[in-house]
Amino acid sequence: MEKVIVAMQDPDMGMKMRNQRLLITVIPHAMTGHDIITWLIQKYSICEEEALHVGGMLVKYGYIYPLKEPRSIVLHPDESPYRFQTPYFWTSTRWPASELDYAIYLAKKNIRKQGELMEYEKERYSVLHKRINHTWDFVVMQAREQLRASKQRRKADRIVLECQEQAYWLINRPPVCSVPLHYTILHNILFCTLYCTLHCSAQYTILDCTIEASRRALGRNRVKSSVCLEGFVKYSEQYQNHDPIMQGCLPSNPWISDDTAHWTMNSEMVPTPTRLRVECWSFSFMELLNDNMGRREFMTYLEKEFSAENLCFWQACEELRHGETSRIAEKVEEIYKNFLAPGAARWVNIDSKTMDKTLEGIKRPHRFVMDDAQMHIYFLMKKDSYPRYLKSDLYKNMLAKAIVPQETKKSVFPFMRRQRHSSPSPAQAATTATEEDGRAKGAGQAGANSEGGSHV
Amino acid sequence: MGEMEQLRKEADSLKDQITAARKAVQDSTLQEAAASITVVGRVQLKTRKTLRGHLAKIYAMHWSTDSKLCVSASQDGKLIVWDSITTNKVNAIPLKSSWVMTCAYAPSGNLVACGGLDNMCSIYNLKGKDGNVKVMRELAAHTGYLSCCRFLSDSEIITSSGDCTCVLWDIETGTQKTVFAGHQGDCMSLAVSPDFKFFISGACDFTAKLWDIREASCRQTFGGHESDINAIGFFPNGNAVITGSDDATCKLYDLRADQELITYQDSGIMCGVTSLAPSVSGRLLLAGYDDFNVNIWDALKAERVGVLAGHDNRVSCIGVSSDGMACCTGSWDSFLKIWN
Repeated sequence: MEKVIVAMQDPDMGMKMRNQRLLITVIPHAMTGHDIITWLIQKYSICEEEALHVGGMLVKYGYIYPLKEPRSIVLHPDESPYRFQTPYFWTSTRWPASELDYAIYLAKKNIRKQGELMEYEKERYSVLHKRINHTWDFVVMQAREQLRASKQRRKADRIVLECQEQAYWLINRPPVCSVPLHYTILHNILFCTLYCTLHCSAQYTILDCTIEASRRALGRNRVKSSVCLEGFVKYSEQYQNHDPIMQGCLPSNPWISDDTAHWTMNSEMVPTPTRLRVECWSFSFMELLNDNMGRREFMTYLEKEFSAENLCFWQACEELRHGETSRIAEKVEEIYKNFLAPGAARWVNIDSKTMDKTLEGIKRPHRFVMDDAQMHIYFLMKKDSYPRYLKSDLYKNMLAKAIVPQETKKSVFPFMRRQRHSSPSPAQAATTATEEDGRAKGAGQAGANSEGGSHV
Repeated sequence: MGEMEQLRKEADSLKDQITAARKAVQDSTLQEAAASITVVGRVQLKTRKTLRGHLAKIYAMHWSTDSKLCVSASQDGKLIVWDSITTNKVNAIPLKSSWVMTCAYAPSGNLVACGGLDNMCSIYNLKGKDGNVKVMRELAAHTGYLSCCRFLSDSEIITSSGDCTCVLWDIETGTQKTVFAGHQGDCMSLAVSPDFKFFISGACDFTAKLWDIREASCRQTFGGHESDINAIGFFPNGNAVITGSDDATCKLYDLRADQELITYQDSGIMCGVTSLAPSVSGRLLLAGYDDFNVNIWDALKAERVGVLAGHDNRVSCIGVSSDGMACCTGSWDSFLKIWN
């Protein structure tokens, strides 16, 4: 907060001050509330509300005090005059305000005004009198001494000092003292100081970052929206059969029929996978690799082609990427020994540039050190081996062998038709339910509900 | 403050240029692109199971990758792992701090995580040696509440927090590996891309950001919402981001076109979106709202095709299992419902 005050009082960039007339005496170096607000808005580029708030805090904690109505410790954004409090009386330098000082102040006031103190001041005076009675002589002596010294000053200075002192005590011994002010002062001083200085520098940082990010974003390649939208449409269509909420599932939806046959048939290692599953492998290379059975099949195919080391390498890199941090160095070493070292048992064919980069990176192993090499091998497999696999006999046989599960139905009540999936789409043909008693492989008894509609 | 003014002017002009560049690639509308696809018709899902057991508001749930188990977190101070078919509780984990706001299930099924107003992410090991579920790690470094967390593997987890940052943690050592800072408001939710290379976060500064996990940088920022983004998710092919916000709309942002392509809004909906989940094919988008309902949108035609009404209080979380079989909703009425 004090930095703000110092900035405000800066002769060049600070506030413009005027001489204010108070009654008949001229008070130098005063400013209006309106000026304070305007200056804060300009200097810190904040909005009026914030400026009011900050200015209010400056007044509340005694750095600026009002001249006209000293007891109203509020910032009025109009022509009311304010002055800066002298650093001697800053709350931060002089807190906690001691009882002795307050007693001296009250005593001085008493003497000066010949007993005409405010109610609360009278009360406190008597309380203090009782409490520190033992040093009362000292108090009165000090008060008299200070009064005598002030009489020797010019009237203007004297009035200024009196105002400052009064303002200080109004803050530190407010008429209604509910919460000890110094507790809240500590928190709020820190808050205010940080708020003002950080707000300013934070604004700069934010702007700088935004500009930097915007520049980068401007240079980005953007794909046409038609291409993107088409991509979504194609994807949805391709996966529609695989979406049970849209299309239902065979043999029956376990949630509806309480028959877990579907999951049994699609579990990781079944002798014969379902047709949908095998079809999925042809959608994208990642689908094939993500399915453990698919990966195994692909590995068998590659072994026939004598290029299995590619997939092994890719797998090892995946384990490195997602595995424990403590074993990273160990795994990198293993990968190097098995796949990258000259004369390695399962040497992978990477272009020299990537190989050099990887070997360099191995000296300081980290989780992503194999990324480039892994990418290279991934694309190699995707462009070359994967399409050939899809055309191979191995895959075609798998597809032909794959099961299309029959829907199970209750043999007792063949007339009962339950929707195969909860939401019948008018676009789908609602065909008849005349079906043979299908037997789904691996299913339990036909305890499921009979389903209507046939599989597309 | 001439300098500040100049910087502001430059920032604004760059923003205008970006807007112009985005407009330049808008050569088709959603209506045209989706004209040829078949209509979905009314989608009606029924509640198949109700998971009862929580005693207070449920704030988060997450499916396991096996599509049968799921974990839910409630402010009664419990994390419950459910076998959703039998509705049995597999684990009921008591939490140190009851103010939990998020939970996550690891892809391997070995770990679960949760966090909330305690500013920490607690990781629990479900497959401990003696069968007890114990705290494995407490990841503490955030200075704000934990709004969301998601596992990348058994050794890494990403968290988003009310201190406007997202953090990638190394679970083994319990330390922060990367801090993703850049949002100017509380980060409310995050989602990881299907290839685990990127993640997106939605925040109270009305923007969503795409982060590169390896480079530790923000690749793209998407604006356009008029209020806090509460929920975020990837379109199943990983090329688009779907966000749900307090301004009662959901938006789809395409990563390659770098802009918003579809908005899901209806004049009859005036309450905020709390959670969302796309179906496995991406055709349907399920979104939970403050008015106690879940709306089902046709993602490609931007029309509402169904409603799931069954909760007596706000729907706070929703998730579609990884095989797409069922969708689970959790609500402030302390029940989880499985729909199908």
